[in-house]
Amino acid sequence: MPKVTVDGEEIEVPAGATVLQACELAGKEIPRFCYHERLSIAGNCRMCLVEVKPGPPKPQASCALPAADNQEIRTDTPMVKKAREGVMEFLLINHPLDCPICDQGGECDLQDQAVAYGRGGSRYERENKRAVTEKYMGPLIKTIMTRCIHCTRCVRFSEEIAGVDEIGALYRGEDMQITTYLEQAAAHELSANVIDLCPVGALTSRPYAFEARPWELKRTLSIDVSDAVGANISLHSKGREVMRALPRINDDVNEEWLSDKGRYQVDGLGKRRLDKVFMRKGGKLQAASWNEAFDAIAGQLEGKNSSIAAVAGDMVDCETMFAAKALLNACGSTQVEARQTGMTYDVSNIAAVNFNSTLAGIETADCILIVGSHVRWEAALVNARLRKAVKGGAKVFVVGPEWETTYPAEFLGEDLKVLNRVPKGLGDAMKAAERPAVILGGAALAKGALGAALKLVDKFDLVKDGWNGFNVLHMSAARMGSLMLDFTVPGGMADIAAKAPKVLLSLGADEMDYEPFADSLKVYIGHHGDKGAHAADIILPAASHAEKDGTYVNTEGRVQFAEKAVFAPGDAREDWTILRALADALGVNVGFDSFGELQGKMIAEVPALGEEGLADYGALPKADSSAKAEGSISAYPIADFYLTNPIARASAVMQQCSAELLDTNEIKEAAE
Amino acid sequence: MLADKDRIFTNLYGFQDWGLKAAQKRGDWDNTKALIERGQDSIIEEMKSSGLRGRGGAGFPTGLKWSFMPKESKDGRPSFLVINADESEPGSCKDREIIRHDPHKLIEGALVAGFAMRARAAYIYIRGEYIREAETLQKAIDEAYDAGLIGKNASGSGYDFDVFMHRGAGAYICGEETAMIESLEGKKGQPRLKPPFPAGAGLYGCPTTVNNVESIAVVPTILRRGGAWFASFGREGNHGTKLFQISGHVDKPCVVEEEMSIPFRELIEKHCGGITGGWDNLLAVIPGGSSVPLVPAEQIMDAPMDFDGLKELGSGLGTAAVIVMDKSTDIVRAISRISYFYKHESCGQCTPCREGTGWMWRMMERLRTGDAAIEEIDMLHEVTKQVEGHTICALGDAAAWPIQGLIRHFRPELEKRIHEHNAQFAEAAE
Repeated sequence: MPKVTVDGEEIEVPAGATVLQACELAGKEIPRFCYHERLSIAGNCRMCLVEVKPGPPKPQASCALPAADNQEIRTDTPMVKKAREGVMEFLLINHPLDCPICDQGGECDLQDQAVAYGRGGSRYERENKRAVTEKYMGPLIKTIMTRCIHCTRCVRFSEEIAGVDEIGALYRGEDMQITTYLEQAAAHELSANVIDLCPVGALTSRPYAFEARPWELKRTLSIDVSDAVGANISLHSKGREVMRALPRINDDVNEEWLSDKGRYQVDGLGKRRLDKVFMRKGGKLQAASWNEAFDAIAGQLEGKNSSIAAVAGDMVDCETMFAAKALLNACGSTQVEARQTGMTYDVSNIAAVNFNSTLAGIETADCILIVGSHVRWEAALVNARLRKAVKGGAKVFVVGPEWETTYPAEFLGEDLKVLNRVPKGLGDAMKAAERPAVILGGAALAKGALGAALKLVDKFDLVKDGWNGFNVLHMSAARMGSLMLDFTVPGGMADIAAKAPKVLLSLGADEMDYEPFADSLKVYIGHHGDKGAHAADIILPAASHAEKDGTYVNTEGRVQFAEKAVFAPGDAREDWTILRALADALGVNVGFDSFGELQGKMIAEVPALGEEGLADYGALPKADSSAKAEGSISAYPIADFYLTNPIARASAVMQQCSAELLDTNEIKEAAE
Repeated sequence: MLADKDRIFTNLYGFQDWGLKAAQKRGDWDNTKALIERGQDSIIEEMKSSGLRGRGGAGFPTGLKWSFMPKESKDGRPSFLVINADESEPGSCKDREIIRHDPHKLIEGALVAGFAMRARAAYIYIRGEYIREAETLQKAIDEAYDAGLIGKNASGSGYDFDVFMHRGAGAYICGEETAMIESLEGKKGQPRLKPPFPAGAGLYGCPTTVNNVESIAVVPTILRRGGAWFASFGREGNHGTKLFQISGHVDKPCVVEEEMSIPFRELIEKHCGGITGGWDNLLAVIPGGSSVPLVPAEQIMDAPMDFDGLKELGSGLGTAAVIVMDKSTDIVRAISRISYFYKHESCGQCTPCREGTGWMWRMMERLRTGDAAIEEIDMLHEVTKQVEGHTICALGDAAAWPIQGLIRHFRPELEKRIHEHNAQFAEAAE
């Protein structure tokens, strides 16, 4: 641990730290543009210059200089001040002074640092500023490249984190320009993170262009529900509208990245919303009152309350599911199910369907077998972790149809039989690995491969001291919560259908098949006019994740709490209040009258939901030795990354992304 | 004056054939096996004792540089020698003569130097514009392969050594050692941060030494004739012979091999037939290629041409590309043109150089016509100071120094132009 002196204060810094990190540890702010903790060091902006002794008699770039024993670092000398002023002056001579019309204004590193470290005025008076032509980077990223200060953060992000060589620099010197290859759209799942990384207004958010100023926004801590990763986000709202979602830093979950879907589906929160009670009358959905709807439900049950079932969708919070379960139990029914697409895997031991390595832990794996998961689409942030693992030397094997990995991976075909008879290459790699891991995706669960995969635990020695390499990667934000709340029946959706319930409560279930429930009264409690609402007989408008407090559990079993950012539109109510009112209509008692009481009851039943952090599911179950994997995976459950949930499907931005970045119809037409 | 018997480059002017046979007659490839059999450490010691300083411009002791290379590979990574033949400094034209007339000196040097630093192969990065030279060099490499001088069991020494030639694409910055490595790897030619130095992690992350063509080409001769022989030329700390390239206002511009520390006057009188219009007509000299500050006539005339002597004058030997300017020169325009060159060749990676070179050039253009204010001279000087030493590589320094030299020595000329220009303006206003 080297000891250095920063401005006369002696501190000890961790081995391998840079001078910049040493200064930060000493509480000194070092201005910077190109340096970013999660990217490689470029050292090109020259803003972080400090004076270091021993060393050459000139300022040193602190971001690139390793801290060494007995270094004397000064950040407050005239030389440093002058160097910073000089670099700032250079950055500004060709940077337009268009802050009043720049979306970065108010949250711009250049603006802030110019105030703090720059000169009062410009000496570059008689020359024109450089102008750079517009570049097209797709429907999400708006470019005003005249503002670019060439820090290359975006270049390094796409190359290192996303693993897609899309952004690069052209030309040299003053004429250097950042662009995408042939000006194609940046088309990967993490592309919009470069907007956060850009220290100036060169890359800004296209959907959010000219919408709001950062100081007008209310920030609410929330959780991303577009996939099961549970990325920590902050919802920025103005009035009753969510303007944008930005990632929060959480090294255990999303580091500081967010998938494009999680970031840009928020405009869907204001579109296709269910803001009134609807009832189907004469085949048509018509506006109705709450009482009318509740009466109809009670009437359908005709006092036989137990003939009621509930199906939870992918984005519901634990509280909603608990309230629904409480209602059904009070009615004398146990027919609850969250695996709406009909999966029936064994959930008697949740550890067997958990991402046990943890998201941060999978980075340290050195041999990874992915079975039936298109990780890039199902959990884009996990894919970034896998890329890190591969960069650290891990080998990756995939069973399932081929998809474009962002790292070298060996595809073993679509046939699941490879789980029974492991190919030599895979077996040898697993044997040699110290931290082997298996990731089971939704496609594999649907084929019933869980049992056979559990047999790999012993075969590959997946569980050892301080390491559990058996992972199931879910796609639905509600999944782990529903399993913890035991919101399942053994036979899945088939069991529910077999019971032919008189009333089916659909809690935002939009991916399920409503066909078997033709004779049931289908009550849709949800927020978007999507598939569920189309099939429903009664629609009770509810709140989305942004409009209610709620607990979510991500695929690694991490309990996280999201807060309410805005009010639900129109007559829409928070889901639990609807269920509570329904209880009165059905004449049963659910035992809570407030959200606090509901939460208290839920935590009393499942204590793990009361503690933010990883839930403990205990040891993996013993594998059933007779389990055999059969069949083959012909497709992954996600057909379109941008349109996986009702919010995204309602979002104009996501639709545009889907059309422009994924759909090849246009190209086909043009070719004809 | 250097005696003919002490010349290393005996075919500098191409009076004889460059091919292998002729080169062998001149003494190249003469029992190279014996040189290699001396062993790595002994070769490096000999080089250290010769006092050879890198001929690419910075003047770092060559033997010392080689000794930084790892003695054995701990993790199986090979070592590489990269030879910098991307001779793009305005005024420099020595490597070109070596490559087109004496390529075998370079190839033999590559083998011996590569062996001494335990390199697996040498990459010769040749300037893209040197088309004929690249052809000659490639033929010479092929000849050497065919004769078994390099390749497997090179020259019968039992050492395997490959030599590859790589052509640049016309970027000055690729002459910077780490940018050259980037370019060789197929990337955009931009200098890397140091540390890590190339001797630790260079080409493809392997230990690498980058040497100038001249530094490598003199190695076999130094080993044959002894370090002491080489050290007998020049002043203390500036030993050896050197290729001087004299251009500009002299009667006979030439490339000539001379002793280090030769006085400027003697160099010009002996080899170039004097200054155009006599010594009184000399205005200034850029003694080491476009990137070093100019030296005015009265200071340079009797100065010794070596690293330390020119450093004392606030300039440098650089590549010994001597650009002579007589009093017919528009000195401001000359420096402005150099500024344009650096603006054009800046890689654009780091801020001070990317933005500063353009600013400096525009400022110089205004000073050329006098369309400026007196304070702007000081401002320009401050801007050069803001660039110098604040960049990743030395291009920022190289862009700043010529302007600093101009302001230091020719400020009255700059002020005169401004006054003349403003006077014109004042008259018109009346």
